[in-house]
Amino acid sequence: MSDAIAAMALGSARGRAWRRFRRHPLAIAGAAVLALLTLAALCAPLVEAGLGIDANQVNLLARFAPPSVEAWLGRDELGRDVFVRLLYGGQVSLLVGVVTALVAASIGTCIGLFAGFRGGIADAILMRFTDSIIALPLLPLLIVLAALDLTKLGVPDAIAQSEQISLYRIVIIVALAGWTTSARLVRGAALTLRERDFVAAARAQGASSARIMFVHILPNLMSPIVVATTLSAGKIILMESVLSFLGLGIQPPTSSWGNMLTNAQQMIQSNPELALYPGALIFLTVIAFNFIGDGLQDALDPKA
Amino acid sequence: MSRFFLDRLLQSVLVLAAMSFLIYWLIGLMPGDPIDLMISADPRLTPDDAKRLRGLFGLDRSITERYIAWVTGALGGDLGFSRLYAKPVLDVMIPALGNTALLMGSSFLLALLIALPAGIVAAVKQYSRVDYAINFTAFAGISLPSFWLALLMIAIFSVWLGVLPAGGLPEIAGGGWWEGLRYLALPIATVTLVTIGDYIRYMRAEMIQTLRHDYIRTAYAKGASPTRVVLVHALRNALIPVVTIMALDFGFLFSGALTVEIIFSYPGMGKLIFDAIMGNDFNLALIALLFATALTLIGNLLADLAYGWLDPRIELK
Repeated sequence: MSDAIAAMALGSARGRAWRRFRRHPLAIAGAAVLALLTLAALCAPLVEAGLGIDANQVNLLARFAPPSVEAWLGRDELGRDVFVRLLYGGQVSLLVGVVTALVAASIGTCIGLFAGFRGGIADAILMRFTDSIIALPLLPLLIVLAALDLTKLGVPDAIAQSEQISLYRIVIIVALAGWTTSARLVRGAALTLRERDFVAAARAQGASSARIMFVHILPNLMSPIVVATTLSAGKIILMESVLSFLGLGIQPPTSSWGNMLTNAQQMIQSNPELALYPGALIFLTVIAFNFIGDGLQDALDPKA
Repeated sequence: MSRFFLDRLLQSVLVLAAMSFLIYWLIGLMPGDPIDLMISADPRLTPDDAKRLRGLFGLDRSITERYIAWVTGALGGDLGFSRLYAKPVLDVMIPALGNTALLMGSSFLLALLIALPAGIVAAVKQYSRVDYAINFTAFAGISLPSFWLALLMIAIFSVWLGVLPAGGLPEIAGGGWWEGLRYLALPIATVTLVTIGDYIRYMRAEMIQTLRHDYIRTAYAKGASPTRVVLVHALRNALIPVVTIMALDFGFLFSGALTVEIIFSYPGMGKLIFDAIMGNDFNLALIALLFATALTLIGNLLADLAYGWLDPRIELK
């Protein structure tokens, strides 16, 4: 009986959140744009096969070819198809954005939960540490991290030279910088939640600290975590694109929206349209994440 | 207050000390090696020479030993030389700091002049068309990749319209302050546009919060004009958190325009740090990064101070 009531309450809470979210035309538009971009990016191999081309195939005879039936957005400085490379770049940028945002949120949530729940010295040390990270000039430091010679860290050559390494590397580097927001957020909320009666009840029933943190407290924090993670995905995509643009992120021939702009910069005089598309897609994706985050904030925060 | 400040000061010093070791260690992990660079510059060097040079420069010693030697020297005022510029590090860094201060200071002022009124108007007319338009602009500003905006600026104003220079500084071109302004216009516009969004949103959010307070209703009830209520009663209180957040950006200002500086070939701190890292100028990279870190930490300290000073009710512990 009480379960049924709880389920109804939960259902209506979700329903209310959904109704509130729907009132944000921009958030809905953002979700639609993201869905469309994701779908298009996933279809990249299909489009490639359909057009009968290879996205990384260099064709020096067709450099800077204008848009045509075969190459919808024309060709770049190496004669590669711009449209298909944009789609593949979308796969990388969206994947890196979402995965890194989730990794960063997980790190931040664990640190914040532990600090807020334990309190005392652990809290003081962890939050001082978090504050210190926030107080660092992140971009230059990330550039150093991205430029490190992994073999000097003892990483075997086979891994350090592999093609996937730039992908993992950028996820790790950006996650290292991105966890602080959720850590502070979760810590603040955990600090108040741990004084609540249901935590005392769980403890009285003999629940372990880990169980209280992850089963009892964490579900109550999901709303702010979801909002923070959505907003951070946008920031992370910007960060990835900056590093890739500087030649320190995703390495060619794998395309990402950031590294497509690196070469476009040289061609800005003659072919400015090459700089237009990747940047516009980054902008569109980031603003979509931001609108969704804003809409979620209004929908999930009962006080607003 | 002073207890709190001393506490934060101590923390900042500790962070700086920890960062100095971390950055020293990381710089050692960069690709390349000073001796290899010498060998590539002079093919007559034999492996024996390389070994001797390694010993001479202390590169065969442990990282801790080298760090301690370096810190002792640095604290004694010996910051070393830059390899790329063949000058003492400070001689390279001080002009760069000045250039960045000029670029970021003017962008910051311009951003404030636009963002604060815009945020206030949006808050006062909450949910109106004006509010939506301002909010949309703010979101667009936050979401713009700064390096892409910089490229667009060059494409539009330098390539297409051909009215403004695409990069550099007037020292090279010569000319007076008007010429200088022409060179600064695009970088300043870019930095302003990408920072304005956050400021508008802070100002709007704080103003909305403040306008809900009882004393605002009291002010209206006493017959104060709406302009007076907003600009005198509400603004003073709404500004406190906004100022704090902006002070937090102070440090960011000295390295945050990195991509903008690189694209416009603007000789500031961001470009300096990037060129040093990419050009194997280990010593310059080390000092410049530490300097940027120190400035960011100082910015944070100032933010804490500003917060307590602007709102005496806040008990800082």
